[in-house]
Amino acid sequence: MFSERKIKYSNALNEAIIQLMRNDSDVMLIGQGVKSPWYVGNTCSGLIEEFGEDRVIDTPVSENAITGAAVGASLAGMKPIVVHPRADFVLYAFDPIINQASNWHYMSGGNAHAPVVFWLIINRGGEQAAQHSQTLHSIFSHIPGLKVVAPSNAYDVKGIFIAAVNDPDPVIFIDDRWLYGKETHVPSEMYEIPIGKAFIRKSGNDITLISSSYTSFLCETAAYELKNKGIDVEFIDLCSLKPYDKNTILSSVSKTGRAVIVDGSWKSFGYAAEISAMISENLFGQLKSPIERVCLPDSPAPASRTLEENYYITKEKIIEGINKTLNYTE
Amino acid sequence: MSTKSELLYTLYKTMLRIRFAEEKLVEPILEGTVRCPVHLYSGEEAIASGICANLQDSDFIFGNHRSHGHYLAKGGDLKKMMAEIYCKETGCSGGRGGSMHLICPEKGILGIAPIVAGTISLALGTAMASSIRKDGNVTISFFGDGATGEGVLYEAMNFASIKKLPIIFACENNLYSTHLPIQEIRAKNTIVDIANPFNMQSYQVDGNNVIEVYEASREAVERCRSGNGPVFMEFLTYRYRGHVGPDDNIQGTHTDIRPKEELHLWLKKDPILQLEKYLLDNSLMNESTMTEYKKVVSDEINEAVKYAVESKFPHKEEVTNYVFRKKN
Repeated sequence: MFSERKIKYSNALNEAIIQLMRNDSDVMLIGQGVKSPWYVGNTCSGLIEEFGEDRVIDTPVSENAITGAAVGASLAGMKPIVVHPRADFVLYAFDPIINQASNWHYMSGGNAHAPVVFWLIINRGGEQAAQHSQTLHSIFSHIPGLKVVAPSNAYDVKGIFIAAVNDPDPVIFIDDRWLYGKETHVPSEMYEIPIGKAFIRKSGNDITLISSSYTSFLCETAAYELKNKGIDVEFIDLCSLKPYDKNTILSSVSKTGRAVIVDGSWKSFGYAAEISAMISENLFGQLKSPIERVCLPDSPAPASRTLEENYYITKEKIIEGINKTLNYTE
Repeated sequence: MSTKSELLYTLYKTMLRIRFAEEKLVEPILEGTVRCPVHLYSGEEAIASGICANLQDSDFIFGNHRSHGHYLAKGGDLKKMMAEIYCKETGCSGGRGGSMHLICPEKGILGIAPIVAGTISLALGTAMASSIRKDGNVTISFFGDGATGEGVLYEAMNFASIKKLPIIFACENNLYSTHLPIQEIRAKNTIVDIANPFNMQSYQVDGNNVIEVYEASREAVERCRSGNGPVFMEFLTYRYRGHVGPDDNIQGTHTDIRPKEELHLWLKKDPILQLEKYLLDNSLMNESTMTEYKKVVSDEINEAVKYAVESKFPHKEEVTNYVFRKKN
């Protein structure tokens, strides 16, 4: 599906919500700040005007109860989207997500299910420090019963968000605000990107680069930059973190023999460790070099700009990781 | 036969079914054939029975760890409950949940869970769904006095009140939060007062008097159905058994929690005995009819246990079934 129209990531997300709500009266949105661009950018523009305050509900600061209410509504057959405009605050709502929603289908022997989308906005940088910057997808990916998606561009966010809302299971949607201004071609009609499918953004033979969300944007830039230097990177954008596209990863790494995983969360015990382990389990002996992880240091996010610069993943750090892997000698 | 006496017979039968089912579990727990944690509702039957007699199948309830009574009173299938407590494939949750995870969506029993206060927000959500859909359904959130220590209750009461949601917060105050008596967990004993700051109608009810429970909750349900919810209800009651299992937690035994006299005082206020006395005093039922009722219920319970015992356990190969509804 190709469209000439180019729109921004945040507009694509807004369009997805509007179309979902027009299409299905069971779709509802609840969370703190849905009335306010201060919280959610322009992703919720026009929603209250069109759908009213019954289905688009701004809330008190009560993450636990509000998230649980979304889960409860889903048990009654609604398709709720609950937004946490700063992912850090979702830690108040671990019970309804991890104890309740993720377990409900299993615990009930398949007799009930919680089709709710937990929309977590990462809003970091600008010296916001440790409690306004966190990226928590590794934690959620660990939990049985949860699906996790982390798109990297406007086309993907529309398609995967629609798929997430229509999915019968609870889905965590990792939404990076640093992507809001980025434009791609986006069809105006509704479409789904299947959960669990990765995309090869650039094919290549020398090394496999794997990422998701905002760091995919950096990886793609790095991959094309290295092409000019004669390094042929194959870049896989996961889009879905759980379930994830093992086959695409394995067929790429069995071709290149090298893998660099770039993940915007902490390194130890994190998402990149899982991908690395999975590759090792399947392709031990075919690897030409150790698997490299480019992640955040095991440290809370700092405030000061000098520290921030050194904390977050950059294109340069990704290229450094790729070079390290390519230059590995036994 | 008048409507009132029919109602009383129904309440009587519901309470008997709960009591007999609970007490029937004592032996299998002690001998180890029932292994999952079982929290018996004996002594508290009037609350679930009285409230649920006002509900329709389409109304929702959520419960906690001590919810066999809620499930039965709302119309959950007895055999499937017993089979679930025995963790069998034929249980209402396919043996994946056990005693603490009963469910019956077609009767509006959308789930029970033992995380204290964990289902209060879920109940808030079904009430919110009813409010959006304007379907006229009411949700009952059952929780105990222990749950008043959890912040989410206050978040939920506030939001329910702002949005006028059709939900009844039904607090079953049995005076003990696992091992701790209420005076050790609350700065103030009167739970009913916690509704005041949220501008919510509230009731404190004798939870051992099924007629009073029925009358008060009928008013509360009507209030919610007509768009004037939410309502907070505190039911004063007592559990005969300890927090978990058949142990009575009497002081001097290994659990050593409560005085024997206290239990004996509450046994005199037994909800079933109270109703029996009312039925006899008002010539609404005679003793031989009561014996007949007990025989019928007892036979039904025995049959349910037989069904549970004879049912198969889930296949071990199926341990990861049901993690997701859809495999992507």
